[in-house]
Amino acid sequence: MGLPTLLKESGQREVFCGLTSIVWLHRRMPDAFFLVVGSRTCAHLVQSAAGVMIFAEPRFGTAILGERDLAGLADANEELDRLVADLLARRPEIRTLFLVGSCPSEVIKLDLGKAAERLNTRLAGQVRVLNYTGSGIETTFTQGEDQALTAMSPLLPSSDEPQLLIAGTLADAVEDRLVDLFGRMGVAVVRSLPPRRSTELPPVGKGTKLLLAQPFLSSTARALMARGAELVSAPYPLGVEGSSAWMAAGAKAFGIDPERVAAVLDPLVERGKRAIAPHRETLSGKRLFLLPDSQLELSLARFLHRECGMELIEVGTPYLDRQLLDGELALLPDDITLSEGQDVERQLDRVRAAKPDLVVCGLGLANPLEAEGFTTKWSIELVFSPIHGCDQAGDLAELFARPMRRRGAISFA
Amino acid sequence: MELTLWTYEGPPHVGAMRIATSMEGVHYVLHAPQGDTYADLLFTMIERRDRRPPVTYTTFQARDLGGDTAELVKKSISQAVERFQPEALLVGESCTAELIQDQPGSLAQGMDLGGIPVVSLDLPAYSKKENWGAAETFYQLLRNLLKSQLPAPGTAKPLPSRWREEGRRPRVNLLGPSLLGFRCRDDVREITGLLEEYGIEVVVVAPLGARPADLARIPTADANVCLYPEVAGVGCSWLERQFGMPTIKTVPIGIGATAAFLRELHGVLELELPAALQPDASGECGAERRSRLPWYSRSVDSTYLTGKRVFIFGDATHAIAAARIASQELGFAVVGLGTYSREQAREVRAAAAELGLEALISDDYLAVERAMAEASPELVLGTQMERHSAKRLGLPCAVISSPLHVQDVPARYSPQMGWEGANVIFDSWVHPLMMGLEEHLIGMFRHDFEFVEGHRSHLGEAPAPSLETAPAASIDGLVWSADGEAELAKIPFFVRGKVRRNTENFARERGLAVIDSEALYEAKSHFSR
Repeated sequence: MGLPTLLKESGQREVFCGLTSIVWLHRRMPDAFFLVVGSRTCAHLVQSAAGVMIFAEPRFGTAILGERDLAGLADANEELDRLVADLLARRPEIRTLFLVGSCPSEVIKLDLGKAAERLNTRLAGQVRVLNYTGSGIETTFTQGEDQALTAMSPLLPSSDEPQLLIAGTLADAVEDRLVDLFGRMGVAVVRSLPPRRSTELPPVGKGTKLLLAQPFLSSTARALMARGAELVSAPYPLGVEGSSAWMAAGAKAFGIDPERVAAVLDPLVERGKRAIAPHRETLSGKRLFLLPDSQLELSLARFLHRECGMELIEVGTPYLDRQLLDGELALLPDDITLSEGQDVERQLDRVRAAKPDLVVCGLGLANPLEAEGFTTKWSIELVFSPIHGCDQAGDLAELFARPMRRRGAISFA
Repeated sequence: MELTLWTYEGPPHVGAMRIATSMEGVHYVLHAPQGDTYADLLFTMIERRDRRPPVTYTTFQARDLGGDTAELVKKSISQAVERFQPEALLVGESCTAELIQDQPGSLAQGMDLGGIPVVSLDLPAYSKKENWGAAETFYQLLRNLLKSQLPAPGTAKPLPSRWREEGRRPRVNLLGPSLLGFRCRDDVREITGLLEEYGIEVVVVAPLGARPADLARIPTADANVCLYPEVAGVGCSWLERQFGMPTIKTVPIGIGATAAFLRELHGVLELELPAALQPDASGECGAERRSRLPWYSRSVDSTYLTGKRVFIFGDATHAIAAARIASQELGFAVVGLGTYSREQAREVRAAAAELGLEALISDDYLAVERAMAEASPELVLGTQMERHSAKRLGLPCAVISSPLHVQDVPARYSPQMGWEGANVIFDSWVHPLMMGLEEHLIGMFRHDFEFVEGHRSHLGEAPAPSLETAPAASIDGLVWSADGEAELAKIPFFVRGKVRRNTENFARERGLAVIDSEALYEAKSHFSR
């Protein structure tokens, strides 16, 4: 099994920074507040992404650094205390406050970790204060979630009881469904990180089998392993093949009888394949080019190639963690180009030269590529949609088939 | 540090991006960390553009900070010039790059770029904001591209009426329209058409749609129309000082303002004022019949709009225009007026003073929300940000100014300026209000299972939860009795906040400890005097 060619690129990167993770994390944990410490640019980014929704109660904000802060005329800790007091007066029901680091706060070396510790002592019993970085210089898009969960991991209670811990944000309905299926296979205790309430943190310890629902959790996985959890290696639960392998790996870690596992999974696989079939007709034989965005690209490419019959031209990812993706790499054909990092202009030259049938890319590129005649699927949607598990395989395929069908459905002759 | 839940403006480099992206043939090299490319989405998604903004970002990462970021800047500049062949280059920094001080502008000046004009932008990200950045960028571009044409000191100013001697039609430029501005696309079309009717030609529209070579043609016009002072004010003043070009300062939003704009233009260009623009004895002029707003506003269906309390906030230009339309043309009572545009604070203060109000000059969303709650309006005219507070307070709201989101860049023709702009404004401001008949019936019968309190059935919505809940004891211990509360609950919900506040103030003045239904009726008659 040869590895695909790995192209390492550097240059202009058209990606989000980790602050964007706030856009979905604030819904996953409605009792948490995300306070970015940064510049007006940071505030502008978060509201441009989330501001089309109208919030009666804000769930995130920015402590905007001013010239006095940069000149060292204002004490950063005093300023933060004042701001946090104002904020909690307005939103007394907040239980967890995330101080989120940004490029400016890191360049001037504001120690937000220390600030969080100090505020924790002061607000003990009322609000927990955590710190993580979402800066562009350190993190790309979904890595913001990785950093947030890493910041939460020291707070998890210790317990060596046997449990399956699923890490990575899942849609509520998907989470319920997976927990139910594991229960039917005989995995009694299944918990999630992040939880739905920031105060209901799952325990972790020697009995914990860790199953990652998302491929971008490099640092979270290592933090949980350091707490005694054992990482279960599997492809990611996208598509029928990935989801069933993922669930089987979880069950195997608990020594569940393979027949019992098969009894639960076989009907799901059968049904999932039926759901994919109509979309496979649209996608089969079509050529796919994925630009780097979320680190979901390898799993998506594997699903679209093996289950929907798409041909892969290039699979771009912002960051490749070989340990976490060995299950996916093993399933990918070795005649594709795998690229890590980005030089966006040169990558677009490759897109234009290859003339793919479908380009998966971010919203900064989607409309311009459409105007050039390409069919695109905007990648951010994959982070905001229930796509995990056998039952969602049809929906996942549909997300890619939809833009292709739409192109055929619209005509202005 | 300041706590910002919503920011009215982006950082100044977003203003510079607006200029670069509004124009053709201009490229912008921006020294910025990975992630700042989010700003592309403002153009590809909110403005729904079909091409990438002409911006090359250096997108440095943490690992680059140990190395030579200045080299990265130079590489980005030469690659951008080579690939895009721009007619003018902007070079600047984002807020993070400002901290590492690579001086990208000076680096660019020192490079051989084949002689294209290079404008080095100095935009202080920690003290200035988006509109300032746009105005400064536009001004620097004008200075740079018009350098060679500057008249020698002591040259006589060109006469705005020289079109007559030269035997041609009078010509003006429309300055200020840009992407992410509020409805600029259609305002330009509306005003261009309007001027055409009076025989006035538009030479250059800038920055929207202009090339660097177009900016160089600006001095060939007889006057500059400053449509959006936030973006073009500084540039227009400079053109006035250096080239002696007069600026038309009235912004034609609303009926009165459009007529005043046309009169000012005719005056400056020394054109004869057509009869249709001369006000008659009652102050009306024939031209205003080109819009439906005056008749729609006079027709009896609009009577119930009289005195409706409206809170206005936005950029200075749109807030001032809205205040005039609301108070004079729709018969609303303006109960709050403010802006986040500090650069134009004086004008807003003057407009507020005319309405007997103190202007709110603030970019603090929470201060605006507090002022809104305090004024207890029945309608909010604001920005995308006021939608959040209006939702929280259960108030109808319409957007009149940037910041905007995707729904305010509509496919249909929807100017704010000129006669058609006034039509658009009438529809969109009245739409969120409860319709007259429904308002009457809800006031009469409060026990309906479907048409309940605060329900606006023409919006197809379930009733909004109003935060105006049962009165608690107020700060100074005033207590509402049970019958007082019951009486208050009978007041139509959109004026209840105001009635409650008035009654409490009345009770304080009279030294009442408990507010009962009688006190409420006393207060009601007291305030109706």
